[in-house]
Amino acid sequence: MAVARLHHRPAEPAELLIRGAYVLDPRSDLDDPHDILIRGGRVAELGAPGTLQPPPSGDVLQAIGKHAFPGFVDPHVHLRTPGEEYKEDLQTGTRAAAAGGFCAVIAMPNTKPVVDEAAVLRSLTDLARRDAEVPTGFLAAITRGLDGQELTEMAELRDAGALGFTDDGKPVTSAGMLRKALQYQRLAGGLLALHEEDPSLSRDGAMHEGAVSARLGLAGIPSLSESTMVMRDAALARYEDARVHFQHLSCEESVQALQQARQAGARVSAEVCPHHLTLTEDIVRTLDSRFKMNPPLRSESDRLALVQALKDGVIDCIATDHAPHARHEKEVPFEEAPMGTTGLETAFAALYTELVLAGELELPVIVERMSAGAAVYELPVPRIAPGEPANLCLVDLEASFEVGAGGYFSRSENCCYHGRTLRGRVLLTIAAGTVAYRGRLLAKAPALA
Amino acid sequence: MSSTTHPIGKNPIPRHLISIDDLDRAAIERILDRAESFAEVQGREIKKVPALRGRTVVNLFYEASTRTSSSFELAAKRLSADVVSVRSIGSSVEKGESLKDTVQTLSAYDPAAIVIRSPHVGAAQLVAGWTSAAVINAGDGKHEHPTQALLDVFTLRRELGSLDDVKIWIVGDVLHSRVARSDILAFRRMGAAVTVCAPPTLIPRGVEALGCQATPTLGGLDEADVIYVLRMQRERMRDSFVPSLREYAERYQINSARLRPGQLVMHPGPVNRGVELSGEVIDSDQALIGAQVKAGVAVRMAVLYELLVPAPVLAVVA
Repeated sequence: MAVARLHHRPAEPAELLIRGAYVLDPRSDLDDPHDILIRGGRVAELGAPGTLQPPPSGDVLQAIGKHAFPGFVDPHVHLRTPGEEYKEDLQTGTRAAAAGGFCAVIAMPNTKPVVDEAAVLRSLTDLARRDAEVPTGFLAAITRGLDGQELTEMAELRDAGALGFTDDGKPVTSAGMLRKALQYQRLAGGLLALHEEDPSLSRDGAMHEGAVSARLGLAGIPSLSESTMVMRDAALARYEDARVHFQHLSCEESVQALQQARQAGARVSAEVCPHHLTLTEDIVRTLDSRFKMNPPLRSESDRLALVQALKDGVIDCIATDHAPHARHEKEVPFEEAPMGTTGLETAFAALYTELVLAGELELPVIVERMSAGAAVYELPVPRIAPGEPANLCLVDLEASFEVGAGGYFSRSENCCYHGRTLRGRVLLTIAAGTVAYRGRLLAKAPALA
Repeated sequence: MSSTTHPIGKNPIPRHLISIDDLDRAAIERILDRAESFAEVQGREIKKVPALRGRTVVNLFYEASTRTSSSFELAAKRLSADVVSVRSIGSSVEKGESLKDTVQTLSAYDPAAIVIRSPHVGAAQLVAGWTSAAVINAGDGKHEHPTQALLDVFTLRRELGSLDDVKIWIVGDVLHSRVARSDILAFRRMGAAVTVCAPPTLIPRGVEALGCQATPTLGGLDEADVIYVLRMQRERMRDSFVPSLREYAERYQINSARLRPGQLVMHPGPVNRGVELSGEVIDSDQALIGAQVKAGVAVRMAVLYELLVPAPVLAVVA
């Protein structure tokens, strides 16, 4: 039997009729209104609006004017468990995910302790089966303690359910060490996901190196601290014929390096974060530590290059890099604050508001890339189609909301969109066939006569 | 019918002084004019005025400082304020108290102003969000040191009458200098043209966005009316920003061979004698270093006064 790689709390399979939603699923070629009948946690039937009968023992949701999308999949979140549950735990993190329309998330291993042994991983998967509101996968560390010195027991970690490997939060600085991991991947399997940063270039940098860092006197992180590592590791992957995934790409030079690697036949993929697609270094002038993340917010030309790369499919998928931190940790001078922003609850709305409504990207591109992380990790990609497990979200594209005004599902509030008004509110999330999130705004439809 | 109030002065002074960007040219001039009148007080036998009697000024210093802390203390005292000086060493800060908690504790004394020096960019701005006191930035990391820039402008204005079209070269470690950032902004605002000159490792990428030119050599120094020399810190050697003090001094030291008659020399102190400046230049009458220190008290009195003493208010009925 195959090893289970996604884990969540068992719940009642959904029995539900979604009435008249506008279904947009580029992979299923759906782009029009439908009734969606969900029986036993699966999409039982799609029908013309107003034609399907509700299940005998289920709700009918009035969804005319609302949009149904395949559930989003986030290949990059920090759930801070074990060890830093005061920032986030599996329950609060996956509730935030569900509220953001995500039907699956993949958690990073830079916890305390690090997920570098099968025992730690098994305790996490047990915990996820108790607490996770949406299916949760786990990456294990490439090197023990993320210190870049010794490989983890990758094969055993794979058997224990690791989706793949990463030292995220830190780069694998030594090319020789990464090469060994790429070789060992042939035995262990699993994707190697890479946080690309040359620490001798990024040093104690707190933001993107450029005009704004010069003005503020903050140490800068040059774009090439990322792009030179993308080049190096793409070359290693080609040499070893290995498969690597570049995490949270942030700059134009990395996009160019990725494009060249693909053209040369390297087996590479990449993700990009909503904040890098919508914000730039300019906003760091506020010195608000919510805008401190690694990699940092970069220039407008970097942002435009990332948007274009996402559009062209050079970058495969969107990842939030949801990185919760407690208020007291972020309420300090910029240089002292830890890196990271939360993102699960705002990802879609931020991209819809800042890119789709601004005319920079088409809605179907966003919808497709929001779940494409599943394919990167060889997980089933959510689709709205008869017979498929129900993994979908219902969104009101007309509804706007002020981020943070009603609090957050996440335990932390360090969201870079805090206080902004965004459009595109998630009303309902069905993950692995169960209702993981249901907003208060959703009206029940009157039963059909 | 509605009524609004306007201060008599045309040049609004902000509530806090965090950055030179908080001040337009008129506001800078108003502070400097006020400083002139306080400089006159400094010539008297009794150097005290009652402007801030009964009010409290807190000096919160998270970094070693001689000039800035002593001149702020003296400025507040000469305005008759009660002064509380808190240094990180020997205080609850050393016991791990957060900046926010420290500020909220000190705010319980209802200070009129908090003067803060911090090794971290943005500290003064954060403090302004946590207290009802007026906040004066006495240096936040490598970001800004606005009162230093004001006293530099004050010193130059006294010497030259005006900074309009004056050519100022700032020579030295611009990368790590909050003085350089505030000075570039202030000099530019007052009409001067600014060139920064340093080893390429010590010029921040993108510095031109501050409105200055950048050059890696002293070639062309002759055009400068004023040479503002920055302190070369010894720890920069360790991080290979410069290979040796010897090579630095050889290429960048301002000495009598490089200084032409009529050029003025400034330095924020403390000076590394024989490194960035030669001894004979420090002691020459082209150096304004002593005048800068002296200006510190009067300018800081003016800043405290302008921020804390409300301007007479006219009721305007619209």
